[in-house]
Amino acid sequence: MLRFILRRLLLLIPVIIGLTIIMFAIARLLPGDPVALAAGPNATQAEIAALAVEYGLDKPVWTQYANYVSGLAHGDFGTSLLTRRPVATDIAAYLPATLELVFAAMIIAVAVGIPLGLVTAVWRNRWPDYLAQVGAIGAISMPRFFLGLLLQLCFAMWLMWLPLGGRLPIVVIPPPSVTGFLTIDSLIAGNWTAFTMSLRHLALPAIAMSLSPLATIMRMMRSSTIEVMQQDYVMTARALGLPSRKIITKYVARNAVSATLTVIGLYFGWLLGGTVLVETVFDWPGLGLYATKAIVSQDMMPVIGVALVIGLLFVFANLIIDVLYGVINPKVRYS
Amino acid sequence: MTTMEQNTADHPGTPRRDRLRRAFFRFSQSKLSMLGAVMVAAVIFFTIFGTVLAPYPAHVAGGVDTASRFLAPSAAHPFGTNELGQDVLSLVMAGTSVSVLAGLGVVLIGSAIGTLVGAIAGFARGWVDEVLMRLTDLTLTIPGLILAMAIAAALGAGFGNMVIAIALSWWPGYARLVRGEVLAAREEVYVTAARALGATPKRILFRHILPNVVSPIIVKMSLDMGFAILTVAGLGFIGIGVRPPTPEWGTLLSVSRSYMPDYWWTAMAPGMAMFLAVFGFNLLGDGLRDVLDPKARR
Amino acid sequence: MTAPLLSIQNLHLKMSSFDGRAHVLNGINLTVNRGEIWGLVGESGCGKSLTGLSISRLQPTPPAHYVAGEILLEGQDLLKLSQAQMQRLRGKRIGMIFQDPTTNLNPAFRIGEQLVDVALAAAEHDAGVLDCPPNAGRRARRIAARKLAGDMLARVGIPNAQARLDSYPHQFSGGMRQRVLIAMALIGRPDLLIADEPTTALDVSVQAQILELIKNSVNDFDMGVVLITHNLGVVAQTCSHVAVMYAGNIVESGPVAAVIGSPVHPYTRALMSAIPTRETKRGMLRGLAGSVPNLIVPPPGCRFAPRCQFALPACTAAMPAAVPVGNDHAVACIRVAEMEALVHG
Repeated sequence: MLRFILRRLLLLIPVIIGLTIIMFAIARLLPGDPVALAAGPNATQAEIAALAVEYGLDKPVWTQYANYVSGLAHGDFGTSLLTRRPVATDIAAYLPATLELVFAAMIIAVAVGIPLGLVTAVWRNRWPDYLAQVGAIGAISMPRFFLGLLLQLCFAMWLMWLPLGGRLPIVVIPPPSVTGFLTIDSLIAGNWTAFTMSLRHLALPAIAMSLSPLATIMRMMRSSTIEVMQQDYVMTARALGLPSRKIITKYVARNAVSATLTVIGLYFGWLLGGTVLVETVFDWPGLGLYATKAIVSQDMMPVIGVALVIGLLFVFANLIIDVLYGVINPKVRYS
Repeated sequence: MTTMEQNTADHPGTPRRDRLRRAFFRFSQSKLSMLGAVMVAAVIFFTIFGTVLAPYPAHVAGGVDTASRFLAPSAAHPFGTNELGQDVLSLVMAGTSVSVLAGLGVVLIGSAIGTLVGAIAGFARGWVDEVLMRLTDLTLTIPGLILAMAIAAALGAGFGNMVIAIALSWWPGYARLVRGEVLAAREEVYVTAARALGATPKRILFRHILPNVVSPIIVKMSLDMGFAILTVAGLGFIGIGVRPPTPEWGTLLSVSRSYMPDYWWTAMAPGMAMFLAVFGFNLLGDGLRDVLDPKARR
Repeated sequence: MTAPLLSIQNLHLKMSSFDGRAHVLNGINLTVNRGEIWGLVGESGCGKSLTGLSISRLQPTPPAHYVAGEILLEGQDLLKLSQAQMQRLRGKRIGMIFQDPTTNLNPAFRIGEQLVDVALAAAEHDAGVLDCPPNAGRRARRIAARKLAGDMLARVGIPNAQARLDSYPHQFSGGMRQRVLIAMALIGRPDLLIADEPTTALDVSVQAQILELIKNSVNDFDMGVVLITHNLGVVAQTCSHVAVMYAGNIVESGPVAAVIGSPVHPYTRALMSAIPTRETKRGMLRGLAGSVPNLIVPPPGCRFAPRCQFALPACTAAMPAAVPVGNDHAVACIRVAEMEALVHG
C-alpha cells in the first residue's frame, strides 16, 4: 500500500516537468508583451526594460525556464506582474476558497447523485426514471454561469434569502485561519455567526457547480446499479430472505458505488479547473478568479502556477480515489 | 447497418427476435433523439439564417437606439431591449452563428489533431506511442478552460484565435479514443490479412483501420459539440474571444449581469439559447451513441 | 397424518418470450418429506432449475406465468402468497444454494457480515434462530448472530471458523466458498433446502465433500432437500429419491435404488446408458440422439416420443399419466408394462 502510494508520488515529477514546459511555451513563445502591459500605459521604454530585468524576463527562454524550475524546488512559483506578490503567496491565499467550493459542490453531487442513481435504477424504465434521465441531460447541458446568474436572480435579488457573492460580508470578522475553509475555521473558533454566514455564501455557488457532476454521478450510479442487480449474489441474498430494501441500500449500493468512484475522481479535477466561471459570477475569491484576472492582463506566472497546482491536485485526487477504491473493493487491495 | 444484417444472418435462430428487440430499443429511445435532432436542426437553421431573419438587422450590425433602452418584453421585442436599445431577440438569433461555427471549428480541429495523434501512436507503438500518450495525459491534466483562456489571451482577440485556443485543449480525448480503437482494430483478422497481402502500413491505416473507428469518433463529436459551444460562451462571458459589436451569447450574458435584477430579461434569451442548443446536441449525441456505438453505453 | 413438507401438485408454468409463450412446466407433481433428498435430474432446459426457483418464487412474473397447480409447503400454497410473505419464508423455511460459489457471495463484504445479515433476517420471523431472548436489543442480537455464524461455519467444516468470519470471499477456495454458502443457507434452520447444481462448478475431489456435507445436514437439521443436477452420479451418491425430468414433465420418479437400479422409462434408460459402464458398447448412446423439443409448439402427446426408440403412434395421442410400478416408483409412459418386462426380462 505504502509502496504503491510512493511510486505514484514519484510519477508526479515528470508531470510537473511536463506541465511547466507546456505552460512556459504558451507564456513565452506566443505573441504579446506582458511587461509593457504591467508597466502601465504611460511607462517609458526604459521603465519597461527595467521591469523586465527585475523579473528576469530579459534573459533567454531557456534560462528563464531553468530559473523557474530551480525556484519551484524551493516552493517559489515566481512573482506576479500584476499583484507584485510572490505567486506562491497568492495561491496559498486563494486555493482554500476554491477547494472549499469544490468540496461543497462534490458533497452535494455525491449526496444527491448516488441515492438518485440508486432509486432510478430500481425504478428503471418507469416514468420517474425517464424524467430523471432527461433531467440529467438537461443538467449537463446547463451553462454553469447562466445557472449561477439565475440562482442569484431568484434567491439573492428577488427572494433575498441568500447573499449575492463573496465569502463573507465585510462586517463579519473572519475566524483565524486554520484550514482556510471558512466554514470549518469558524466552527473551530466556535464562531456561530461566521459559520452560518459563510455557509449561506457558499450555498449558491456550490449548487451552481454541483449540478453537472450530480447528473453524471447519477447516470453512472444508475447504470452500475443495474449491472450489480443482475449479479448472482443479489439473487442469493433474495433467496435467503434479506429484505429488498436492505439488499439495495447495503449490498447493491456498496458494489455500485465502487464503480462510480472513478467518475467522482475525474470530476474532482474537472471541477477544480471549472470553477473559473462560477467564481466570476459569484465574485468568489478563488484560484479561478485569480487566474482569470492574470490571464486578462497577460500575467503568465500566476497562470502557470495555477495550472500547475490544479494539475497536481488532479493527479492527487486520482491517487486518493485509487486508494479509496482499494478500501471499498477488498479484492484490489490484496492483489 | 449492413454489418447488422450480416450479424443477424449468422444466427438463423434469432433474426426475428433480434430485429424486434432492436426496433423496440430504437423506438423507446427515438422520441428523445428525435427531439434532439429537431433542436439541432433549428440551431443549424438559425446559424445560417439567424442574421438575415433577425427582426432588427440594424441592431445586429451594431446600430443603437437610445430612445428605447431597457424595454420590457413586448410584442415588438419578445425578449425586450438591452442597455443600447437593441432588440435582444435579434442579437441572440444572430449570435447563433458565432457560437455554433466556433463550436464546430473546435470539434473539427480538435478531432483532426486527436485522430492524427491517436492513430500515429496506436499504429507506430513503441517509443512514439509512449511520447505521444504522455503528452496527451499531460494536456488532460491541465484544466481545459484555463489552458484555452491562456492561449486565447496570448494569441489575442478574434474568432479564429479563440477557436484555435479551445481546439488546442480539446484533442486529447480523441487521441485516447482513436489510439484504443486502432490498437484493437489492428489485431482484427482483416488487418492481419491485408498485411499478409503486402499492404503498406499507410494504406492499412487509411483504408482499413480509420474507416472502422469513424462511428465512435462521430458519436464523440456530436456529444462534444454541446460542450464546445459552452466553452466558447464561457470565454465570451469572461471577456476573451469575439469582441463586440459581433453578437455572441456569452458576451451578451456577461454584459447583462451589470443590469440585474431590474433588467433581468436581457439575460434570459442568451442564456436559454445556450441551454437549448447544448441540450439539443446532447440529446442527439446520446441517441446516436445508442444506435452507432452500443458498446459505449454501460 | 400431517401434510408433507413439500408437495407440488400439477404445476403448469408458461414463459413469455419474443417468439411466443413456452409451456415450460407441464404438470409437475412432486412430494418431499423431511429426511428425504430428492434428486431432480434432466438435460439443461428441461425445467429443473425453474421448478427450484418456483418453490421459492424467485422466478420473475412476467415473463413467467403460473397457469395451474399449487406448491404446498406443509399445506400452505406458496403460489398464493405475496412477495412480502414469501420473503419471510425465504432463508427461514426455505434455504437455497446455487451453482457458482465464486459469484454468489458478495465480493465487497466480509463473509461474517453476510452470514449475520441472513441470520438477523431469519430471526425477524422466528426468534428461535438466535440464542438470545426475543426482546433482546439490536446489539445483543448482533452478537448472538455473529456467534451463530461462527458456529455454522465450524459445522460446515471451515477450520478456524470464528477468525474466518472477518475474511472476504476471495480469500477462500471454491469449495470453501460453497461451504460458506451452505452455512448461509442453513443458518436460518430451514425446513427445505433447494440446491441448484451445488457441485457443478467445483473440482471433482471437492464435489464429494460438499455432497457429503449436504447429506449430513439433512439429519442434523431434520429437513428435506431438493437437489437439482444433470449428473446421475451425484444422484446415486447423495439422494434418497430421484425425479427424472424431460421437457417440463417428470417422466419417472421414486427411490434411488429403484429408479437407478431398474429404470423403466425409455428416457431414464437412455440417460443411464449415457453413463459409460463396463458393459457399454459402441453405439449404445444413440438413445439420446436429437435435442430437447421446442416448448412453444411442443410435440403432441408424450414429449419424448420424437426421440424415443420405443414410440408407437398412440404415444402422440395424449400426455401419459404417471403409473405406479412399485413401492413409490412411478413412470409416465403408455408402454410401461412392456418396458417393465424389458427391465426384468
